[in-house]
Amino acid sequence: MSEIKKIKNLKDFSTSADRFEGANLLCPGCAHSIIVREVLNATNDDLILSASTGCLEVCTAVYPYTSWDASWVHIGFENGSTAVAGAEAMHKALKTKGRLKQDRDPKFVSFAGDGASYDIGFQWISGCFERGHNMMHVVLDNEVYANTGGQRSSSTPIGSSATTSPAGSHSYGEKRNKKDMIAIMAAHGSPYVAQVAPNKWKNMVKAIQQGLNAEGPTFINAMSACTTEWKFAPEDTIAISDLATDSHIFPLYEIIDGKQLNITYRPKNVLPVDEYLAAQGRFKHLFKDQYKFMIKEWQDRVDANWEYLQRREEAKV
Amino acid sequence: MQDNGWNDFEIGSLLRSFNGKAENIATTLQEDRNYSNSNSFTASVADWRIEKPVFNKDFCIDCQFCWVYCPDISIISRDKKMIGIDMDHCKGCGICVEVCPTNPKSLLMYGEHEDEESILAAWPSKDKEKK
Repeated sequence: MSEIKKIKNLKDFSTSADRFEGANLLCPGCAHSIIVREVLNATNDDLILSASTGCLEVCTAVYPYTSWDASWVHIGFENGSTAVAGAEAMHKALKTKGRLKQDRDPKFVSFAGDGASYDIGFQWISGCFERGHNMMHVVLDNEVYANTGGQRSSSTPIGSSATTSPAGSHSYGEKRNKKDMIAIMAAHGSPYVAQVAPNKWKNMVKAIQQGLNAEGPTFINAMSACTTEWKFAPEDTIAISDLATDSHIFPLYEIIDGKQLNITYRPKNVLPVDEYLAAQGRFKHLFKDQYKFMIKEWQDRVDANWEYLQRREEAKV
Repeated sequence: MQDNGWNDFEIGSLLRSFNGKAENIATTLQEDRNYSNSNSFTASVADWRIEKPVFNKDFCIDCQFCWVYCPDISIISRDKKMIGIDMDHCKGCGICVEVCPTNPKSLLMYGEHEDEESILAAWPSKDKEKK
């Protein structure tokens, strides 16, 4: 087990040497690179990385450039997690046989968007977790297929307008609610599963370090506010993320060994969901008289979910 | 960079981030790294910008919020001090200005063509109404 990087405060954190480079082609104000930076800077270990097809992959590996300063591979849409799992299995085999040229213990991390994790790559991730590879899967959850023009994914929340579930006179947009991926991955018996947001950097770094140092497959769901598809101004990325975490819409919690649930961030001033919804273009139709009932539905659901999380935390089951 | 025709393309491609052997990258700062031409660090997205952030170090408290929330690794911090902005990689999103907690802000957005010296001379003073 390698040493955990000591990060006491933001000044300590800012001495990190970034292993993710600028002049990638992500949109101005994209939260993806904020998350990637926080993940990579949370450790000084060698890293074996992969990215599934999605915004992050197409924007950071545009031939002839790469934005990654660590070993990084991209294969397909679905198998980013499996690529890393394969590398991990090889590393383990070589180590057991004593054939490693250098005795180094890299960390294995796969990045994928919500499309590549919740829908298309789901079977592969499930396989990795079932086989128990010592790796971490990070989801950059922007709740939509942003790379291909904003189609709905199974992470798209109810009432959101996406290009394949547009809002209009007959529809309030997406009809189904977000899939509870955290619970699904915790049910695989993963030693560490957490939901994080880039605006709470300390929480995030702690979760990443705990995930990287756990034995077995770990899962991180990171909220990634998408300026293009959520339709807000690029400079508001952090403000929107704050609204999401402070209104309990995106609660930050962790599940250890598939059982113990801990809420890792409790907002002091809980905001109503209206503020979060009103700040984004994808929800603007909900404020028409016709669809106003959806806002109440949102508030009730968010409150019920928070209540559920608190009860689960208390019950320790 | 060698130009290859369609028929010369390999099925997979390998890009090296650094020239020669690269060790302990996690503890090597950007200025000490030997970047290769295929590292996007050597490219620039400066032409994406409509507005540029201007840094006034007189009001900076080195809180590093701009460093941690910059999506483009364009805030240069060394020895826990914010020392400037990497204008080759800044896309002008404005997050650094939004998260800056000082009063007046030590980072502000200005038009790309505006002269930095006259901006700094006419920097807004403390807003007393804001707490």
